Amino acid sequence: MAVIELTDVARAFTVTSRTGLRRTRREVRAVDGLSFSVEPGEVMGYIGPNGAGKSTTIKMLTGILVPSSGTIRVAGVDPSRHRLKLAKRIGVVFGQRTTLWWDLPLKDSFAVLQKMYDVPPARHRENLATFVELLDLGDLLDVPVRQLSLGQRMRGDIAAALLHDPEIVYLDEPTIGLDVISKARLREFLAQINADRRTTIILTTHDLDDIEALCTRVMVIDHGHQIFDGTLDGLKSSQSAPRTLVVDLATSLPPIEVVGATVTKVDGPRQHLTFPPTTSAAPLLAQIAANYPLVDLSVAEPTIESVITQLYAPRPSA
Amino acid sequence: MVERVLRAPSQYWMLIMMWIRSSMAYPASFVLMLFSSMVLTVMDFVAIVLMFSHISSFGGFSLAEMALLYATASMTLGIADLLTGSIERVGERIRTGTFDVYLIRPVPAFLQTTADGFALRRLGRPLQALVVMVFAFSRLDVDWTVARGIVLVVSMIAGSVIFGAIFVLGAAFQFLAVDSAELANSFTYGGQTMTQYPLTVFGKEIVRAVTFVVPLAFVNYYPVLYLLDKPAPLGLPSWIGLLSPLVAVVMVALASLAWRGGLRRYRSTGS
Repeated sequence: MAVIELTDVARAFTVTSRTGLRRTRREVRAVDGLSFSVEPGEVMGYIGPNGAGKSTTIKMLTGILVPSSGTIRVAGVDPSRHRLKLAKRIGVVFGQRTTLWWDLPLKDSFAVLQKMYDVPPARHRENLATFVELLDLGDLLDVPVRQLSLGQRMRGDIAAALLHDPEIVYLDEPTIGLDVISKARLREFLAQINADRRTTIILTTHDLDDIEALCTRVMVIDHGHQIFDGTLDGLKSSQSAPRTLVVDLATSLPPIEVVGATVTKVDGPRQHLTFPPTTSAAPLLAQIAANYPLVDLSVAEPTIESVITQLYAPRPSA
Repeated sequence: MVERVLRAPSQYWMLIMMWIRSSMAYPASFVLMLFSSMVLTVMDFVAIVLMFSHISSFGGFSLAEMALLYATASMTLGIADLLTGSIERVGERIRTGTFDVYLIRPVPAFLQTTADGFALRRLGRPLQALVVMVFAFSRLDVDWTVARGIVLVVSMIAGSVIFGAIFVLGAAFQFLAVDSAELANSFTYGGQTMTQYPLTVFGKEIVRAVTFVVPLAFVNYYPVLYLLDKPAPLGLPSWIGLLSPLVAVVMVALASLAWRGGLRRYRSTGS
């Protein structure tokens, strides 16, 4: 039973632009013909360039926005028609705006959320204790939210979104602006929540390390269309982003000649070769070792950034 | 739906308590604001008292009668402003995108928006109005009956509801035009300035407008005319002041439709 199900969902906006005295209205399809489903317990990375339709999709899934056409089912209901009812079953974190009370201590926000979401007091205490421990919130509970650092506030926001045991959590760029340690801690926490509670997590991000660390599934959208849906490895191999072989030779040589690879850079005794992802590195190595004084080597996989860049690039604007 | 309505008061209370505690995070600012709000509203009435040092009657109203008119206008606006005035911040919320936060919570966005930044310092106006009202009744020769007492209380509630509905209508309009907060203010704060005077001094056209278009005359003017046994203008019956609760119901219905319409528009345009 899918916990999220979209069938041919579209959302159009009317954009009015003014040039001189003339006003022109034109329809922009932020999301167009989107269909996918998410199983309980999945962690899905939802990525795409700015303006691809990510936020629009999240807003439709939470019931904030009504789709122009198509049907959406989240936890068995139509989000836009049962927004208030659904609210208790989902958690939302907006990376760039807090849902906490700015001038009050963090614990006050948690207390009011307990009432708002009708969380049984015992369950609330239990959850709070877990989150305080896992997210290291102990020293922060009495601090007004406005005095928290960005990373501390984000931890507070994530705890706030999970206090009512939501079945589904939407995280809209949760690691934006955080330092490396804070990011790592958050990812660890989310992975644990997903493992312990089978919480379905939908994550939009520009930070591909988030995806790498957390997501069992990646969906890429651009111009409102889905352009990839699968695993991260699948995403990497779907694109012909070349792999790189770096060899260190005993001496500086002119570009070496290897069948099936081309030298892209010579840096003293170090030479960089690229080869297609479909080729194995082993025969290349054998060739090089047989013909040249090979000292050391390394193989670099295509970075996910380069894969994504390639994925976005070839799409002509519709 | 019924459950939603039943839960609304406790949810509203919970939210305003959060905002009150938020405002207490800046105690000095709170005290200064409360003080300045009281001084401002007191000066308001002082102007009327000064006016009466030169004249003995204004539009057929004595000083004590004017005081009652002023107190009822100030009281109703004060209560409406305290309980619903914050809703005008919705435009700012829409502009900054924080309105979405209200839409993901299991509490109606309307309650969250009316409670948004609840300002206890706005208690200054109704408190001052109460003082002026006591002054007015101490100098007025009203033949008090239970019925009159009920009329006074009910029309104060109805008047507050009418002003509150206008606040909501103005907020609903901000879904169309985000920068229109001042438009509603001209009817609420501006309306209060007007209804503290006998409306006939503004001429028949204005009296018609505030009777049939924006029913500000029902907030306090007609009920006060009834309490003071004064004839109603425009040849209207003197019991017109008793219709305030009915007008309030109509205004609430309009405001509710407008708010829902605005919210629906927001949710289908996202801006």
